[in-house]
Amino acid sequence: MRSSTPAHAEPGVVAEPAPAELLLGRALRSAKVSRRDPPGEPRHVGYLYILPAFAIYALFVLAPLGFAVWYSLHTWDGLLPMEWVGLDNYKEIFRSGPLRQAFGHSLVLIVFYAVLPVTLGLIMVAALSRARIRGQAAFRTVLFLPQVIPLVVVAVVWRMIYAPNNGSLNDFLGKVGLGSLERAWLGDFNLALYAVGFIGTWVATGLALVLFMSGVQRIPQSLYDAARVDGAGPVREFFAVTLPNLRGEIAVALTLTTIAALRNFDLVYITTQGGPGNQTSVPAFEVYNKAFQQGQIGLAAAIGITLAAMILVITFGITRISERGRA
Amino acid sequence: MYLSRSRSMKLVLAIAAVFALAMLAGCGEDKTSTSGGAGTSGGGGVNTDAASLGDVTLTVWDQEVRGGQNSAMVELNKQFHEKFPNITIKRVAKSFTDLQTTLKLAASGPNPPDVVEANNGYAAMGPLVKANLLLDLSDYSDAYGWADRYSTGILKMNQFSADAATFGSGNLYGVPMTGEVVGVYYNKDILSKLGLDVPATWEDFVAAVEKAKGAGETAVQFGNLDKWPGIHEFETIQLQNVDKDYARNFIFGDGTPSFEDEGNTAAATTLADWASKGYFTDGFAGLGYDPSWQDFGKGKGLFLITGSWLTSDLGKALGDKVGFFLVPPPEGGSLASLGGEGLPWAISSKTANADAAAAYVNFITSDEAMQVVTDNGNLSASKAPVTVPAGLDTEVYEAWKKANDEDAIVPYLDWATPTMYDTSTAEIQKLMGGQTSPADFVSAIQADYAKFHSGAR
Repeated sequence: MRSSTPAHAEPGVVAEPAPAELLLGRALRSAKVSRRDPPGEPRHVGYLYILPAFAIYALFVLAPLGFAVWYSLHTWDGLLPMEWVGLDNYKEIFRSGPLRQAFGHSLVLIVFYAVLPVTLGLIMVAALSRARIRGQAAFRTVLFLPQVIPLVVVAVVWRMIYAPNNGSLNDFLGKVGLGSLERAWLGDFNLALYAVGFIGTWVATGLALVLFMSGVQRIPQSLYDAARVDGAGPVREFFAVTLPNLRGEIAVALTLTTIAALRNFDLVYITTQGGPGNQTSVPAFEVYNKAFQQGQIGLAAAIGITLAAMILVITFGITRISERGRA
Repeated sequence: MYLSRSRSMKLVLAIAAVFALAMLAGCGEDKTSTSGGAGTSGGGGVNTDAASLGDVTLTVWDQEVRGGQNSAMVELNKQFHEKFPNITIKRVAKSFTDLQTTLKLAASGPNPPDVVEANNGYAAMGPLVKANLLLDLSDYSDAYGWADRYSTGILKMNQFSADAATFGSGNLYGVPMTGEVVGVYYNKDILSKLGLDVPATWEDFVAAVEKAKGAGETAVQFGNLDKWPGIHEFETIQLQNVDKDYARNFIFGDGTPSFEDEGNTAAATTLADWASKGYFTDGFAGLGYDPSWQDFGKGKGLFLITGSWLTSDLGKALGDKVGFFLVPPPEGGSLASLGGEGLPWAISSKTANADAAAAYVNFITSDEAMQVVTDNGNLSASKAPVTVPAGLDTEVYEAWKKANDEDAIVPYLDWATPTMYDTSTAEIQKLMGGQTSPADFVSAIQADYAKFHSGAR
């Protein structure tokens, strides 16, 4: 990639911060310098074609992002003039116990939203890929169903399931003789986060499974036949054939579910409001809380930007790992 | 392929930078103009003769969208227009949440509503006052006699100093139409089964709770999954342990009263104690507010400590088996009750029709309006006498009247600072879950309070 930028790729020299117009000019010039284009229409006329789409993208995505970054460097209640505070809001995120906790919780939720569903999905697909089960389409539909239900509805239903006195979970435990395990699931200081996380597992597993099943159908039967001829058992076959061929699907499933874990708002908002104490607070909930409840728009923007950066880094990591493994 | 991709990436970034800078520049210019506004009205020259104001259209934003609230609003708007045909009301009804999230933008924009229900406290009304977006209603209050309509505790909830640094005194920025008081709904069957009378003192109340628990009843029906109900339980106990004026001063005050007070620690100890002894519903930490009061409505629980807003629901569910009383003071003490007002009606400082707007606010909070409010099943905010349906409604109204006559209303703890809702609800959950000690609890509340009042806003 670096080889394509000869114009100012002097190693060791830190480029001085350039005004935006300069940057634009440079980008255009460097495009000209390294020109090895085929003959005909000048290439950068292409940029004209993407302009309409880009303008809309800039207006609705890039500009708000820019605003958010700008707000995050100020204290602002939404009414009075903004006050520049530099990186103070970001420092506050690291200094404040509850906010640090919130980011910690979102990492725990990744396990429940991404790692567990992908693992479960792989186990199920391993079983399904060996035997053709009758009524598989119906089975698949049922497993995918949680994805189709709005998360708000999911949250309301699970709140009922977890209810302490007549919730189905405690009822069930009582009936099978495990009454000692009955508890106020969402109000338990040690278990509330896991209880919320498990809802995520329930939602995301179907998505992972459906992705993997379509992936498995793409794997040539000859690979399985070859593995069997070579005497591979079900476990060996899974690791030698199924898993490597599903690498792309795994990356997609992990990316989607990790993003869902990190931006989780509705489940927490409906089920626990971040409680008990701050045991289930998550960054997206805090963004809403700070911006709309407490009028700290600068801090809310800083949390949002930090969360976005976190999502970017983690998903980038996932794609890098899955691409590196590819031969 | 890779070559052109990296090139186009750079171009995209460059263009993005230009866009972002341009937009931010535009946004920066805009902000300086917000605090200008039309300013305060011209001194004492207020006109209370609404019929003489010519043809006026008032835009009114309210959140009275639920059943009885909405029907009261519709009726009052109709009556107002009949009385003053020259003034037309353009009503914009929004849900509470919708109003909360859009009000700041609308109030600072070029076409703010003339009259609006602005929520109480440092987090909601405070910033609007500070940005000079609400009209100081003191002159209208003098002209119409609003101050005489309400008890002191209620009136204070609408007062701010002009710089919004002090809550509870100074200029008047709104007046309420409805009121609410937190007391105890009780199940008459269970009470008589236990051989008890309605408690006359705090000691009686505690004894009743203990006796109910001993008899295997749910003593206090309670669900705290939604976080806010815990404030009602704590503060109800707190007000029997501290002086009413201290509690008020703490919430309204300038930061001088400290929460690290013997009475508060004692109240926190009692609350934690009740939680661990099982005086509240089993599993209250995981029980929602709605399922909790619905269980009470099915006859589960002797007491339910909550607000007057449940009167019609519980009346329907339990009929004549439910009663209401205010938590009685300790032997020799004076009555102190948690309570508040519906959202106060405020006037935009940018309105061109302040006189008409004030006439409208005056009308919907007048003595006659209070009867309309009551007839539609709401609790009227002012001291004006109204006739109330017999039964539970009367019990609640009598309690509310008593609280106002004795000026016993103390506002919610979470009004004390913009972050106090979060801090207090989380800390109360920890306290009741045995995760923090009473001493650490009061320190945590005090830390939030001190941080806000030290100017770290």
